[in-house]
Amino acid sequence: MQDVEHVARLARLELSPEEGERMREQLDRILGYIDKLRQLDTAGVEPTSHAVPMVNVFRDDEPRPCLSPEEMLANAPDRSGEFFRVPRIIED
Amino acid sequence: MRSAAKDYETVIGLEVHAQLLTRSKMFCGCPTTFGAAPNSQTCPICQGMPGTLPVINRRAIEFGVRTALAFHCTINPGCRFARKHYYYPDMPKNFQISQYEEPLAEHGWLEVTVDGQERRVGIQRLHLEEDVGKLIHDGPLETARSSLVDFNRSGVPLMETVSEPDIRSPEEAAAYLRAFRAILLYLGVCDGNMEERSLRCDANISLRERGETGFGTKVEIKNMNSFRNVQRALEFEVGRQTEALARGERLVQETRLWDADRGYTRSMRSKEFAHDYRYFPEPDLVPLTMDRARVEEIRAGLPELPADRRQRFMRAYTLPAYDALLLTQSRALADYYEAAVREFARPKIVSNWIMSELLREIPADDEKALAASPVPAKNLAGLLQLIDRGTISGKIAKDVFEKMFRSGEDADTIVTREGLIQVADTGALAAIIEQILAANPKAVLDWKRGKKAAAGALVGHVMKATQGKANPGVVNSLLQEKLSQL
Amino acid sequence: MRGGAGLSVSNPLTESTAHELVEKFRSGAATPSAATRAYLDRITALDPTVRAYITVTRERALAAASAADERWRTGRPKGPIDGVPTAVKDVLCTKGVRTTCGSKILERFVPPYDATVIERLEAAGAVILGKTNMDEFAMGSSTEHSAFFATRNPWDLSRVPGGSSGGSAAAVGADLAAAAIGSDTGGSIRQPGAFTGTVGLKPTYGRVSRYGLVAFASSLDQVGPLTKDVADAALVLRVIAGHDPLDSTSADVPVPDYAAELSRPIAGLRIGVPKEYFVEGMDPEVERAVREAIEVLQRLGATAEPLSLPTTDFALAAYYLIAPAEASSNLARYDGVKYGSRVASAKDLIDMYSKTRAQGFGAEVKRRIMLGTYALSAGYHEAYYAKAQKVRTLVRRDFEAAFSRVDVIVAPTTPNVPFKLGEKEDPLAMYLNDIFTIPVNLAGLPGLSVRCGFSLASLPIGLQFIGRPFDEATLLRAASAYEQATPWRDRRPSLG
Ligand SMILES: [Mg+2]
Ligand SMILES: [Zn+2]
Repeated sequence: MQDVEHVARLARLELSPEEGERMREQLDRILGYIDKLRQLDTAGVEPTSHAVPMVNVFRDDEPRPCLSPEEMLANAPDRSGEFFRVPRIIED
Repeated sequence: MRSAAKDYETVIGLEVHAQLLTRSKMFCGCPTTFGAAPNSQTCPICQGMPGTLPVINRRAIEFGVRTALAFHCTINPGCRFARKHYYYPDMPKNFQISQYEEPLAEHGWLEVTVDGQERRVGIQRLHLEEDVGKLIHDGPLETARSSLVDFNRSGVPLMETVSEPDIRSPEEAAAYLRAFRAILLYLGVCDGNMEERSLRCDANISLRERGETGFGTKVEIKNMNSFRNVQRALEFEVGRQTEALARGERLVQETRLWDADRGYTRSMRSKEFAHDYRYFPEPDLVPLTMDRARVEEIRAGLPELPADRRQRFMRAYTLPAYDALLLTQSRALADYYEAAVREFARPKIVSNWIMSELLREIPADDEKALAASPVPAKNLAGLLQLIDRGTISGKIAKDVFEKMFRSGEDADTIVTREGLIQVADTGALAAIIEQILAANPKAVLDWKRGKKAAAGALVGHVMKATQGKANPGVVNSLLQEKLSQL
Repeated sequence: MRGGAGLSVSNPLTESTAHELVEKFRSGAATPSAATRAYLDRITALDPTVRAYITVTRERALAAASAADERWRTGRPKGPIDGVPTAVKDVLCTKGVRTTCGSKILERFVPPYDATVIERLEAAGAVILGKTNMDEFAMGSSTEHSAFFATRNPWDLSRVPGGSSGGSAAAVGADLAAAAIGSDTGGSIRQPGAFTGTVGLKPTYGRVSRYGLVAFASSLDQVGPLTKDVADAALVLRVIAGHDPLDSTSADVPVPDYAAELSRPIAGLRIGVPKEYFVEGMDPEVERAVREAIEVLQRLGATAEPLSLPTTDFALAAYYLIAPAEASSNLARYDGVKYGSRVASAKDLIDMYSKTRAQGFGAEVKRRIMLGTYALSAGYHEAYYAKAQKVRTLVRRDFEAAFSRVDVIVAPTTPNVPFKLGEKEDPLAMYLNDIFTIPVNLAGLPGLSVRCGFSLASLPIGLQFIGRPFDEATLLRAASAYEQATPWRDRRPSLG
């Protein structure tokens, strides 16, 4: 894998340099195995994203009761009043 | 001087996000009401809790189809939702369920009128997606030490419409938005409120030398919360880019934020690496197929849209194009007009009164305020009837309208209570005229000497004496009669 | 006589299957409370060794059992598993009971809602004993990748119970639950079923609601039972299966009375034997047991014919793109904002995200997030993710062609018997353990593993049945016929 750091950043995973190196080795081995897919000609083959084909599943536009803010905030690692709180935001 | 200033053409494309007027959210049953207490309109689904799954709101799809048809789009025979990934704390799952490769509809157009000229602006695509939550920063984002998240809005259905880069001026951009908003309001799919963010617009703008067909460097502008600000931001940007190009600078492709208070756009910190949204089909939702019969049913059920209504107003009421355009700007205004005309069948007079009086009080596109106008169409018609019957003068009627608007009362009530009924009683007026003639011998003399204009001054005196309640026509003929008898 | 040597906490209640227990409830020979207490006692005695449970919900279980007592006493049971002590994999959300997914990041997560499967189990009167251990976020084949501890194989405590539903499988295999619920994304019910000698059933994709199942790979995940015998699998599936409006991928198709189908003979059933499932390098003891099982089925009147599923060899590679891709997306939500743990100090939001996720996820989960993110990223999407989805189509077509000729496919569940803890350090070696189960998930088909013998070292071997979409009934019928015709079910592990 070319750019472990870039992928780790996309995935929001902090990797130590050693972890990154180990990750690269392991992923390279796995990707090496996966490379066997190249042997298979898939030209003109439709991709399958749902194993069991279904279409048009809807719900009616009926409001349903919400959970209380207390229930929704009960698992919050950090909160302020009825809000979730997050550390300062730096755009990237 | 090596070369004259080049002539640049402005190229603008708009991306509009409209919040759909469904009762429940896009993928869960939480209500969509604006302004509820923080995190009180959420459930495990719209908060992206582990294990939860989305289910598509049928009405959101129908609203999308309605709108796409009104924009003359092709409804794709199949569409599907995809996940769009990026990390931001207002987005609970850290992906947004949107549409990507297979949007609901494509290839439409919208008619835009600028300076009486009609143009079609192409619509590239229309798709549905879910809204994110709301972030509140303690102070400006740059210095805020922490931010707060409210997920009430998370999962509210949004319709994103991307125009072709067909717009050629900031003014045209504003006109596009007005036309766009009017259609949504006619369709009843969005309340069009930009302040409450139920309608949001981002713009892409670039300049190119006139005659070029390629595109210049594109700048994206965000954070414009009114039509006026869209126009101002784009005007600023045209100026900034023209100057930069004139100085021989190279523009960078970037996102800029409009600062409405300071009236300029500023660059957001340039991105270290471009977004990589890693789209893939949403596995928790199944694809949609558009049943043609159903699409035709929706098409048949479309209401009369602004362009059609404008044509009809010109035909049926013989209104000038200007009046028709203005009156059809919103569904509520057009409805108001037609209701008034039903009660008082002199279309141009009704139009004049609406344009000069009603629209001084209420903006033409403010559906809510128009629908709740303290002077309903029936009352305006009632006022116009009083003028028509000669009960009050046009001048007094203007004051009466204002009083009607403040109090919500009808014209009769005000006119009767305030004794504004025009004095057309010849007996009473004759007495007043006798007094005026007696008190103004000089004017009478002037008249006799052939200075016919002196009669005007006498009419003025009579009107003053009657506090404007005298019927000017009656006064005039009585006065002529008296004078000629002298 | 049943039972291995030296069983220390033996009790006829915990040795009963679910349907046997229910018979006892019906006849009054036992009560749900007595059965629940027997299981809780056995958990207290043995689970410190087996380590099947992350959370035991003793009080709730006793309360639910006593309500079930009352229903049986008044002759109004809720259904065929009313009062049955059941274990649930810690991947299903339970209202008010923490649901960890075997991950540090969800160590203290208490869902405010119940998974549909939990609602259905409770509506049917099942007594939930607790939440079982699993590989973190269901990623693994040994339950060694739980953030908390490894679960042991009841047949040999030095070996793994399989995974990722290893806790549920071990609980049933060690008689620490009458029945259990697992989830299967690439074999996570069937492989631990095979390793613990229990019956593991992965239903057709769409058969059982995924609402409340913490997602690993959404297009592959299914919930299903792990039970002591095939009849129990039929009972539990009946309870948990069926359309759920909260899951758009849940199929609106009728749920048959599986138990009633079990007694139908299998004479004339056409069985396909795919040559790609007997590969070089597989354990000869496994191959022998499976071949013998096919002979048994033939003696019962089924016809067997060889067939080929040519894409089999590529399924694992496709799976290791699709599943990680979906997982990288599903796991993006664990960011320390709404629930789960958050790193103590961070200089800004991105730092908080990256550190929280670095500390909250284990190595295997990180590996798959990386792999999946990469497979979806700009420039690689076509070569990896899109390619894998096309291969998935070929895998499906293989099965479709096969099912035009046969009613059911029979194959080994795994290429080998349970391995030792720590034996498969190399991720790829671990992945290869699932080559026979993964194609079934890619195609969305039902699969069932049933005990078909033992290795010389007394380790159970699993026989896999693969069926047409929504034809779990045939799998259950064939497996039941096989189970009835063989002596394997009588053996139980000796847990001293
Ligand atoms: Mg969008
Ligand atoms: Zn909700």
